[in-house]
Amino acid sequence: MNKVLEKVLTKDFDVEHLYKIGVYMKKGGYKTLTKVLKKLKPEDVLKEVKAAHLRGRGGAGFPAGVKWGFVPKDVDKPKYLCVNADEGEPGTFKDRYIMSHNPHMLLEGIVITCFCVGIHTAFIYIRGEYENIAQRLELAISEAEDKGFIGKNILKTGFDLNVFVHRGAGAYICGEETALLESLEGKRGNPRLKPPFPAAIGLFQSPTVINNVETLSNIPHIMEKGAEWFVKQGLAEDGGTRIFGVSGKVKKPGIYELPVGTSLKELIYTHAGGMKSGKKLKAVIPGGMSSPILKPDEIDIPMDCESLAKADSMLGSGAVIVLDEDVSIIDVLRKITQFYSHESCGQCTPCRIGNSWINKIVTRIYKGKGKKDDLDNIEKLASNMLGRTLCPLGDAAAMPILAVVKKFRKELKAEIKG
Amino acid sequence: MSPEVTKSTQKKIKEIIARYPKKQAAILPVIHLIQREKGFISDEEEKLVAELLGIKPVKVREVVTFYSMLSQKPLGKYHIQVCSNLTCSIMGAERLIDYLSKKLGIKPGETSDDGKFTLTTVECLGACEQAPNMMVNTDYYGHLDKEKIDKILKELDE
Repeated sequence: MNKVLEKVLTKDFDVEHLYKIGVYMKKGGYKTLTKVLKKLKPEDVLKEVKAAHLRGRGGAGFPAGVKWGFVPKDVDKPKYLCVNADEGEPGTFKDRYIMSHNPHMLLEGIVITCFCVGIHTAFIYIRGEYENIAQRLELAISEAEDKGFIGKNILKTGFDLNVFVHRGAGAYICGEETALLESLEGKRGNPRLKPPFPAAIGLFQSPTVINNVETLSNIPHIMEKGAEWFVKQGLAEDGGTRIFGVSGKVKKPGIYELPVGTSLKELIYTHAGGMKSGKKLKAVIPGGMSSPILKPDEIDIPMDCESLAKADSMLGSGAVIVLDEDVSIIDVLRKITQFYSHESCGQCTPCRIGNSWINKIVTRIYKGKGKKDDLDNIEKLASNMLGRTLCPLGDAAAMPILAVVKKFRKELKAEIKG
Repeated sequence: MSPEVTKSTQKKIKEIIARYPKKQAAILPVIHLIQREKGFISDEEEKLVAELLGIKPVKVREVVTFYSMLSQKPLGKYHIQVCSNLTCSIMGAERLIDYLSKKLGIKPGETSDDGKFTLTTVECLGACEQAPNMMVNTDYYGHLDKEKIDKILKELDE
């Protein structure tokens, strides 16, 4: 694929003090918001975003425009936007970059989205550890309020919107959208049974849109340059660029904004500089810890939702973790199972018991005390979680565990001496 | 410890509660404020939060015990949280956790006798490009090795 590499979201990240509203406005910021609010109707925005084929950047990859379209128009309840800034998927750090470098781009996206859906209150649910970034966002909100981009009667168009930052307190599960809602309502982050979906009954029993930070940050660009341009940046059914985060055993770990559909191999070897210390590649986790692992002969694959799904993996949050020959696979499995057994909310039995049981077995193998049936039992327990839990955490744990056991069975078997 | 909070915290709490259609929704921001001031959430603070939000103390307990950043016991002046997730681990985090543990004379989950340090291992902090990572209170430190840890601890000592 020979595309001109055009950065969209990260284009101005090198500009000094971009997080200040004056600098953002000098770079053309809030011009699109002004155009949208003064010249367009909400349905024009919805049409454009749908045509852009903007798929969610948080993990599930659901088309944003379609999601907005599910919100009922004529309800007498208030509607809400929840910005998912919980960024807990291991390997993921792109939203941290967006919020710390360019918080106003996110805010501009938020205001346009709320105008489109008819929302007057937005909450940015940010993970508790990002306290310094939460402060930066609050500062950005107050700057935008002073300039009349947020608050009452925005740009004298009669449109009102309040934006609040709401910090989480350390719980991976709160990145799941209904757990996020429960958490925002002041409860434990236990996911809800769906349906009803949040678009109909969400925050405080009201229609609610939940979008990821990167997803919303694309909105001003789509409205500035149009859906046709956006689709051209990526693929016909999966438009735009993605901010891939590469970590682990590469020469240049970091964020790389590239067209949706860029090859994983190119991302690792061309952009992230290839393997560190000339070591051999062992495996790649392509879209955050929940995404099933790929072996070296599987990485010549376009990074888009459909292609990864076809390979029985997942683009997820676009977080690529690169493992080299020095990494032992039992260690990888131990880290995966440690994580999910810690983060299961405990509501559904297969996930609560399954994850802690698998973690115990894996820890036993790691300590050299594995038993003959251990791998079969891990597979049984993991398969028993698939599709049997209220929220996707059960699947998110089972899928990578099953993939590791399937693809590295020989190496894992060698760990079991008994 | 007295459950009273300072005037400025009271004012902030009032502002925060006003953002939400239901008072209970303010629980995390309110607990964050109180934990910052008091250091942890004891039974007394639980009751205070319950009173402020018009809910039963058990609802506060449910929340305090669910979220890993909320603490029911006092934490050290410096709370060191080291990521033990995958990327940080393959980049050497486990060795560094042992190193910190030896140096501070405490195991993960413990607080030093002088109340200066608490050491905790945590899941992914969202800074994998600079693995291995740790947080000291609200600040991130990445690209860690033993020398860097020595330097950070020395600065905290001063």
